[in-house]
Amino acid sequence: MNTRGLRSQLKDSVPVTGMGPQVGAYGVQDTLRSGFSSVKNELLPSHALELSEKNFQLNQDKMNFSTLRNIQGLHAPLKLQMEYRAARQIQRLPFLQSSHLALDTLKGNDESISFEDILNDPAQSEMVGEPHIMVEYKLGLM
Amino acid sequence: MATLSVCQPQLGGFSFENCKRNAVLEAEVTKLGCNIPAARKTGTTICGVVFKDGLVLGADTRATEGMIVADKNCSKIHYISPNIYCCGAGTAADTEMTTQIISSNLELHSLSTSRLPRVATANRMLKQMLFRYQGHIGAALVLGGVDCNGPHLYSIYPHGSTDKLPYVTMGSGSLAAMAVFEDRYKQDMEEEDAKRLVRDAIAAGIFNDLGSGSNIDLCVITKGRVDYLRPHDMVNKKGVRCVYELEALPHQ
Repeated sequence: MNTRGLRSQLKDSVPVTGMGPQVGAYGVQDTLRSGFSSVKNELLPSHALELSEKNFQLNQDKMNFSTLRNIQGLHAPLKLQMEYRAARQIQRLPFLQSSHLALDTLKGNDESISFEDILNDPAQSEMVGEPHIMVEYKLGLM
Repeated sequence: MATLSVCQPQLGGFSFENCKRNAVLEAEVTKLGCNIPAARKTGTTICGVVFKDGLVLGADTRATEGMIVADKNCSKIHYISPNIYCCGAGTAADTEMTTQIISSNLELHSLSTSRLPRVATANRMLKQMLFRYQGHIGAALVLGGVDCNGPHLYSIYPHGSTDKLPYVTMGSGSLAAMAVFEDRYKQDMEEEDAKRLVRDAIAAGIFNDLGSGSNIDLCVITKGRVDYLRPHDMVNKKGVRCVYELEALPHQ
């Protein structure tokens, strides 16, 4: 849950870049979902909340780490980030779903429910990656 | 020959994939002169009042879809925790889901702290969530409950601002209900007086606002006891012509 006011968010937040070409599978413009490609579509977000929601978790983490650094010194965010990195390493094959249980417990997400858990659950997404390509990508062969 | 690209894992939460398509569709439909279907709202009268030992929450029971009554007996007083209840005005789905999410979070929180949840906690969770979505979640709420520090009543607006007051009203009929409150509210009322005051405020909203109607629901919360009176008063029975008599009140 957020524990800091908005003013401090501004200088710590993730810089905003353009939306980029909306590629679907096969690496070309996904016309059905994102419409015809145009410069306007790539630069402007399609909804007022799109940018802030895309970076919300990153911004929260940045804010919390910088508070921790100011209060307790550099070692606190360093240790935490090391633990996050260790928990993020998924031992499963890349195309299989992982529950991210260790990461959630570290971040405290196991004690709260929000829209990320209800809507668009990644475990139930209809698109699944091609297993061979994803393993090759992970191993760096691609 | 096209090759498949690596599938990035998608995050949970809101997906804005269809926003551009919806904007284009809406423009096309308006050009043809039709309207896109409106979300179901609870154009509403909700209110709450603090009395001597606790508080009373009240709500009407009409849900509208544009100019049509979609539900003649919907329940607008939502459960948050055994000692905290919340009335919701605005888009019906938004108030439903928001109160359910906060109720789940409060349950997890109270299991983690082994204490009865406080109203201020629910208020803080609600305002942080509504502010995060910058008012796009159209939920205007009246949150009330009794915890270890006594009875508390908050009103929460869709953009995330909150007010802590002894009596609050929200919704399209809020002005009519507030008029009744401003006239007859006194500090430290008895429970029966408070119930009658809230009933009259909701009735004022029902009879003077098109977005509110049907029955009056009340919820009386005191320390250790919750009375959920649904319906408390059926002022709009179908087929019965209603004669609304103004009570002759002695003026002080």
